[in-house]
Amino acid sequence: MRQKLMIVLCGLAAALLARNLFVMLLRLPDEAAQGPIFRIIFFHVPAAWTAFLGFFAAMVASILCLVRKDLRYDAVAVAVTEVGLAFAAANLVTGMIWGRIIWGIWWTWDARLTSMLVCWLLYAGYLMLRHAVEEPTQRARIAAVMSIFAFVDVPIVFFSIKWWRTQHPQPVVWGGGSMDPAYWNMLFLNWAPLLALGIVLAMIRMRQEQQQREIDALRRWAHAL
Amino acid sequence: MASFFRSSLTIAAKDLRAELRTKEAINASLAFALVILLLFSFAFDPTADQTREISGGLLWLVFAFAGALVLNRSFARELPNDCLDALIAAPVSGAALFFGKALANMVLLMAVELVSLAVFGVFYNVAWTRQFWPLLLVLVLGTWGLTVVGTVFSALTVNLRLRELMLPMLVYPIMIPALMAAIQLTSPLVLGQPLAGDMIVWLRLLVAFDAIFTALALALVETVLVG
Repeated sequence: MRQKLMIVLCGLAAALLARNLFVMLLRLPDEAAQGPIFRIIFFHVPAAWTAFLGFFAAMVASILCLVRKDLRYDAVAVAVTEVGLAFAAANLVTGMIWGRIIWGIWWTWDARLTSMLVCWLLYAGYLMLRHAVEEPTQRARIAAVMSIFAFVDVPIVFFSIKWWRTQHPQPVVWGGGSMDPAYWNMLFLNWAPLLALGIVLAMIRMRQEQQQREIDALRRWAHAL
Repeated sequence: MASFFRSSLTIAAKDLRAELRTKEAINASLAFALVILLLFSFAFDPTADQTREISGGLLWLVFAFAGALVLNRSFARELPNDCLDALIAAPVSGAALFFGKALANMVLLMAVELVSLAVFGVFYNVAWTRQFWPLLLVLVLGTWGLTVVGTVFSALTVNLRLRELMLPMLVYPIMIPALMAAIQLTSPLVLGQPLAGDMIVWLRLLVAFDAIFTALALALVETVLVG
C-alpha cells in the first residue's frame, strides 16, 4: 500500500516536473530585468518552502516524541530533517548560482543568507549529534531537544528580509516584491513536484529507520539466545 | 517560587564552592582566553584604529571560546562518583538544578570576561571603561544567553563520547543571534559611544534571545535530565 503510494507520488511528480520544465524553458518569456536566470526562482523558492516545512514537521514530531515517548515519531523527525536539509542545501546552492549571475558574487554576508546557512549548520549538527549517541531512547530524547532548539532559527531566516536591510530581495509572496501571474502560477505549480519528491524521500528514510530498529531488536534477541 | 530560588542558590553556591576549591574550569578558561587574545595580536595589528573597530568581535569570540570550557565542565564535573544521579534524585526540581548551575556558570564566565577585558584594554591600548555600565549590561545579557544555551547543552551532551567537541559545535550556531547583537553593541561601547539609535534595536534582540531561550531551557530541562 505504502509502496504503491510512493510509486504513484513519484510518477505524478516526474510528470508534473516534465510539464513544468517544458513550460518554463520554452513557453514562459525571459524576465524583463534579469533575463533567463530568473527561472531559477522556480527551484530556489520552493526548495526553501519544502525545507522549512520539513523542519517544522521535525519540530512537531520531536515534541510528540517527547510527550508520547514513542520512537516512531523519532523516525519521522530524522526522516523529515534529512530531507529538509537536502532541500535547504538545494536552496543555498541555487541561491549562490543566482547570486553569481545577478550580483556577480557567490556569497554575501547579509542576514538572509547568513541565517539560512546557520539553519543548515544547526540541522547538520542535529544529524551529527544523533551519530554520537548509541542508545536509541537516549538518542531520541537528545535529538528531539536539539530539534526544538534549532527550530528557533527558522522564523529568523523567514523574517530576516523584513527585519534587516538585506541584499536578498523582498519576498514575492507577502509584500515587497511583485511578479507576473504566469510566473506566480509556475512558482506554486513547481512546488508540487518538489514537495511530492520530499514526501517520498521522507517515507523511504522512515522505512529505513524502522527496519534498522527491527534489525537491532533481532540482533539483541540473537545475543540473548 | 521562594523554594525554587532557594534551591537554585544552594546549587549555585555548591558549584561555585567546588570550582573555587579545584579551580579546574576557571584556570583553563582564563589561560585559554589569554592565549586567544595573544593569537589575535598576530592576526591584526593590535594598535591600529581598525582593531578597535572590530573589538566587539574579538572579545566575544574570546568569551565564546573560553566559555565553552567552563560550560563543558558544568555537568561533566558531576559524572565521577555518580554525583549527577544523586543531584537528579535530590528533592529539587530539574529547573532549579539547571537554574542554579546556570547562575554559577554565569558568575564564572563574567569573571573570565572582566579579566579578559582588562587584559584586552592593556594589550590593545583601548580605554574600554568610558561606557562601563552600558557595557556591563551588554556583557550580562550576552553572557546570560551564552550560559543558558550552554548549560542546557552541557546537560544534553554530558553522556556523549565527543562531548568536548559536540558542545561548541551545537551551541555556537544557536548562539549566533545573541553573539551578533552583543558584537554589534560591544564595539561602539568600547570606543566610548553612548547607547543610542540602532544599538537599541540590537539590545532588544539580545533581550528577546535571552527571554526565548531561558523559557525554552526551563521548559525542556526536566526532559534533558530525567527523560
